[in-house]
Amino acid sequence: MGYFLLRRLAISLLVAITVSVIGFSLLRLSGNLAESLAGEDASPAQIAETAKAYGLDRPFHIQYFDWVTKALQGDLGQSLFTKEPVIELITDRIGTTIQVACYSLLLSLIIALPLGVLAAMKQNTWIDRSALSIAVFGQAIPNFWFALILIWVFGVLLRWTPISGTDTWRHFILPTITLSTFAMPQFMRLTRTGMLDVLESDYIRTARAKGLSPAVVLWKHGLRNAILPVVSLAAVAFGFLLGGSFIVESIFALNGIGYLALESIQRQDFPVVQSIVVFISVVYIGLTLLSDLINAQLDPRIRLH
Amino acid sequence: MAPNDTAKATATWNGASADDFEVDAPSPGAVMRRRARRHLGLIIGGTVVLIAVICALFAPLIAPFDPYDQELTRKLINPIWGKGGTWTHPFGTDALGRDLLSRVIYGTQISLTIGVLAATLAGVIGSTLGMIGGYFGGRVDAVIMYLINCKLALPPLLVALSVVSVFGGSIPVLILVMAALFWDRYAVVTRAATQQIRSNDFVTAAEAVGCSKTRIILREVLPNILNQIIVIASLEMALAILVEAVLSFFGLGVQPPTPSWGLLVNEGRQYMFFKPYLITIPGLAIFFLVLSINMMGDGIRDITAPEGRN
Repeated sequence: MGYFLLRRLAISLLVAITVSVIGFSLLRLSGNLAESLAGEDASPAQIAETAKAYGLDRPFHIQYFDWVTKALQGDLGQSLFTKEPVIELITDRIGTTIQVACYSLLLSLIIALPLGVLAAMKQNTWIDRSALSIAVFGQAIPNFWFALILIWVFGVLLRWTPISGTDTWRHFILPTITLSTFAMPQFMRLTRTGMLDVLESDYIRTARAKGLSPAVVLWKHGLRNAILPVVSLAAVAFGFLLGGSFIVESIFALNGIGYLALESIQRQDFPVVQSIVVFISVVYIGLTLLSDLINAQLDPRIRLH
Repeated sequence: MAPNDTAKATATWNGASADDFEVDAPSPGAVMRRRARRHLGLIIGGTVVLIAVICALFAPLIAPFDPYDQELTRKLINPIWGKGGTWTHPFGTDALGRDLLSRVIYGTQISLTIGVLAATLAGVIGSTLGMIGGYFGGRVDAVIMYLINCKLALPPLLVALSVVSVFGGSIPVLILVMAALFWDRYAVVTRAATQQIRSNDFVTAAEAVGCSKTRIILREVLPNILNQIIVIASLEMALAILVEAVLSFFGLGVQPPTPSWGLLVNEGRQYMFFKPYLITIPGLAIFFLVLSINMMGDGIRDITAPEGRN
């Protein structure tokens, strides 16, 4: 376990460094940041001054190391647009984003797990086929469009839910549903496949042969093993939900980091964009590391690879 | 595939005529065609995709109007099922009086171009990396796994938005960005498949007669994993079409007045409560095309490798 842990940690660290370099260079690719910062009709002297003020005249790697050193101390620079410290912008909004991501994850699992188990038990019946169809439909729906349709139907025609803001739990209903259509189909398919594999295995046959009740066989012996890959996927999906949350956040006017990222991209506010991209990447790396370690703990065979 | 549906194995044995020993073993091609004819998802999905391809290729002939032609006197006409709808504009017109049906038909060109090219380019990148990693193993494989991990850690949509905001939302930029972001699934699958193929006797034989590594990968490995690559290509094509729609919806993808479906939803958004057809029609177009491509991909997987289901 020691070797596995060290190796896994080293890879994660290496990936995190690479990703931070990519995140750092994203908006710098254009090369004329100082120009756009100085304004439309700035003279060359003014542009040079702006470049100096923001430290953009220094070589790329120096800028990067400077940024990383400060970032590790909790200083992510300040927004070019609002002049607020980036760290505050993020900490103010991260709660909303995590809230929506957690609700969506929860809703996806609540629907996907029973549906996946049921589909596996009744393989090749109409139940199985409808479950698979729901998954196929869910994956084909454009999220941003589904959000608009939900607003139109439930917010405007039926007036059941509020359509923007974060004041009450009811404001989170439509965003949660929208974001769930992304993760739910994957969980459903994985639960179903996992369950099908498990149900064919020898220990399930043994459990049945011992005369255990079908419910005990299913829930205690079956699901516990089938759910392992779903746990890893949940970690991965959470990272994706954070990265994709800008769609629902901007449509439902939720003040989270996704909305912040979208706005910052639109106005080329690179300290904010790079911080959010790297932040989401690091969260993702941390979550996959955690789920790998949990899986390795539960299934010793993994450690040998 | 053979023109006849049954491969006839004939032999002469003990003086019996060849016809007595005719074996009716269907060729792999025939088996696939038989499965394809019974696969409802493949037929429906394939038909819709075919219609979309025809719309894209012959848009100027099929579309009743010029998709860019503005005529303010006939703006916001309801579609045929709405109040005051006419057959002249079956899907109605938008806020600038442009014919929505024509714009949706021309939109297939953008979605399909981006989908096909992005999926193909991503496939070349991902499959090359995957086959190299799977075939060579060891350090080479470790480097490729590291690249895959880096790619997976980046939030794809935010990175796409950032890059497109810098380089502008032209179609070539969108294709390159998506190819750079969606190669990982190809790499993961081809790597695993190559690892399995590598231990086969025909690969060992090719190595023994001294074939070059490039030749082994291209001539021995690639043909055996091509089916799997095609299945992923369909998934990635559907994904690229969805992502293009997202980017264009947020104003960072294809720029107006180009009739990208995502852009049509964006343009219709401010009228959606009075003229919902402006968003429902282009949205459904995206949905049905993506759904059909996925159904087609699932169908191809089922008929080429039914054991690889789920």
